[in-house]
Amino acid sequence: MSATMARLRGRPFRGGVHPSENKELSWECRIETLPPPPVVQVPVLQHTGAPCSPVVKPKQEVRAGDLLADSSAFVSAPVHAPVAGVVQRETVATLPNGRHVKVIPIQTAADQPTPEDLWADVYGGEWPLDGVEAAEPSAIVSAIRAAGIVGQGGAAFPTHVKLTPNPAKPVDTVLVNGCECEPYLTSDHRLMLEAPRPIVVGALLAARACGARRVVAAVEDHKPGASAALRAAADGAAFEVIELPTKYPMGGEKQTVRAALGRTIPTGGLPLDVGVVVLNVATCAAIARAVLRGRPLTHRVVTVTGRGIRTPKNLLVPVGASYADLLAACGGLAPDAARVIAGGPMMGFSLGSFQAPVTKGTSGIVVLTAADVRAVEETACIRCGRCVDVCPLNLVPTRLALAARHKDWTMARRFHITACMECGCCAWVCPAAIPLVQLIRTGKVQMQKEAGA
Amino acid sequence: MTRSPHGPVPREAAVTASAPAPVAPAVSVAPGPHLHAAASTQRMMADVLVGLAPLVAVAVAQFRQHALFQMAIASCSAVVSEWLFARMRGRPATLWDLSALVTGLILALSLPAGAPWYAGAVGAAVAIGLGKAIFGGLGQNLFNPAMVGRAFAMISFPAALGASAYVSPSLGIEAVTSATPLTAFKMSGQVTPIGPLFLGATNGSIGETSALAALLGGLYLCFRRTAPWEIPAGAILAMGAAALPGLAGGGTTWTLAHDLSAGAFMYGAFFIATDPVTSPLTPRGKWIFGAGFGLLVAMIRRFSGYPEGVMFAILVMNALVPLINRGTIPVPVGGPAPQTR
Repeated sequence: MSATMARLRGRPFRGGVHPSENKELSWECRIETLPPPPVVQVPVLQHTGAPCSPVVKPKQEVRAGDLLADSSAFVSAPVHAPVAGVVQRETVATLPNGRHVKVIPIQTAADQPTPEDLWADVYGGEWPLDGVEAAEPSAIVSAIRAAGIVGQGGAAFPTHVKLTPNPAKPVDTVLVNGCECEPYLTSDHRLMLEAPRPIVVGALLAARACGARRVVAAVEDHKPGASAALRAAADGAAFEVIELPTKYPMGGEKQTVRAALGRTIPTGGLPLDVGVVVLNVATCAAIARAVLRGRPLTHRVVTVTGRGIRTPKNLLVPVGASYADLLAACGGLAPDAARVIAGGPMMGFSLGSFQAPVTKGTSGIVVLTAADVRAVEETACIRCGRCVDVCPLNLVPTRLALAARHKDWTMARRFHITACMECGCCAWVCPAAIPLVQLIRTGKVQMQKEAGA
Repeated sequence: MTRSPHGPVPREAAVTASAPAPVAPAVSVAPGPHLHAAASTQRMMADVLVGLAPLVAVAVAQFRQHALFQMAIASCSAVVSEWLFARMRGRPATLWDLSALVTGLILALSLPAGAPWYAGAVGAAVAIGLGKAIFGGLGQNLFNPAMVGRAFAMISFPAALGASAYVSPSLGIEAVTSATPLTAFKMSGQVTPIGPLFLGATNGSIGETSALAALLGGLYLCFRRTAPWEIPAGAILAMGAAALPGLAGGGTTWTLAHDLSAGAFMYGAFFIATDPVTSPLTPRGKWIFGAGFGLLVAMIRRFSGYPEGVMFAILVMNALVPLINRGTIPVPVGGPAPQTR
């Protein structure tokens, strides 16, 4: 019934919400380069998968781009020095998601490239397409593996794993995800405007690597400039751009694939199951840089925004710079700042300490004011079903939260708790201010723990 | 300087230092999402009050001070009961979520103009106490509180709330000199013209006489998404389906339009059946619930001794909600979750 209704109304995907975007705070801000901080701390685990072991020793001198740590595991990605400098003794840092990871600190050397040179090295300069046809698929995959490229949209899954051809699951389409559906964030938006060429080239290289014939970029329709820039940069290459309606969580893999290609990823499955590889725009640019220039993923664009920061900016930063470095570069917190979030305000983590390092998956820092963070008291569920209406996956969040609260895993399974992707639409919309997705999130973890015990 | 769990921390110190800085920044930490829609239970209840405004206006225009009297009695009784029962349960009274006021008003609008004061007062107290508090308060009750209160009052004071109670010429109001359209049709086959029936110039409970007012207020609720549109839609469709056999037989001059406009059908479909607490969670469940309600109303009107069936239809459907919820667990997009264990 609801599927029919969706088709009738032409909905790109079921449910979803429209939080205030607030992207105008930073979407006019050209990407600036963060001056190299005195110390960068490079985590050995910045991805989904096995952590790396250091291959450098304290006091060793490294150049920018030198390998710092690697792993022999397939699902892993090496990390590299973002700056030239001297390796310090390794320590432990707490990432915003609460994970404690080993970090390799590097004392930055005095001699660093100018902002112009850095930009030219990372996203600027020429990106010729001539090499694409000639490139050997396996060579592209190894270059990506060697460059330590992971998904830069947030989940940080190692990209070479997605692109390694799998005879059982052939890929026909590479979907370039430029939706950036999280409110406030504009890093992908700026990248599409200022460096569309490496995105196009990287996507074509990825398609060559995995054997996909079609390359489609999906951009939300409130960023017409970005889609125009991509189209112009494609310059006749087989690179389509689709504009999708603006709705959170359009950038979620399942939603983008559904909206752009009309394919439904099975629950518990991957885009691969429907012949698609989804790559974030920044990931594509990193692929181009790795293959054409042999340079690893060491820098990324991070949006620092919100009404709680003095000067919102889009910054090109070295991986390992601390959140404090970025906040300081944006003039520091405003007096009414109330919450600092790593990532977007819907799915990001609030920070208790600003010493955590930026990783390959950090897309933004959002500083909300007391007025933005509405402190509402939780009241009783009145079973209005709004959470059901907005759930993009057609779940019943209120029941899942109840099951999680009571640790009733039979009920949780009956209502398909593992299908939840934790987008947070339910908690956003709940009139009773029940922390629905928070309960479901902890419930999923607990259920797994108890099943394992 | 701002407060944090670790005491006041100078904000500048926490942020500007690029060397290791103090651990505690002056900000709060909480799990995401960090934004919230401007929705609240109170806002939804206020929406219902706004939606009820046309019905209240018609009631007052038609039944004058008697309508005001019924609404005042039931609302006051509901709010006071809410406070009392919250105290008894040792819970803070949540009067400002307006839910008690809504219950009282819904009940009042379902009473005849001439009902004695104690019918509304006891009805509202029972609505809050037996209808809601005893189940664990707002959100926990199985049955619509207002309908529980009305059923209790109707059984306790049959003379004051039965069909005959609607005719009370002593009030000095023209509408209440004749039987309600449904009673007139049931008892003597007399068909009220559709015009007055739809606009609200007939006898009946103070809030039910105008189908137009209920439709206007109800559409507002659906537009605001405070009431799910699936329930009234299902109810109207079911009522239509129930009228089909009659059409085939050639039948009387009592048409589907009469059925939809008469009695509390529109009022019940838009305002009572849509009570979120006592209706199903999923869109499919809401369709079933609405259709069941419409069908039951048609059946009770046609085959039972009662002229009207909205109250019983609501209560019966309320009882079925857990079953409906169980049977309408939606399949996730992408199919059921694989069961690993």
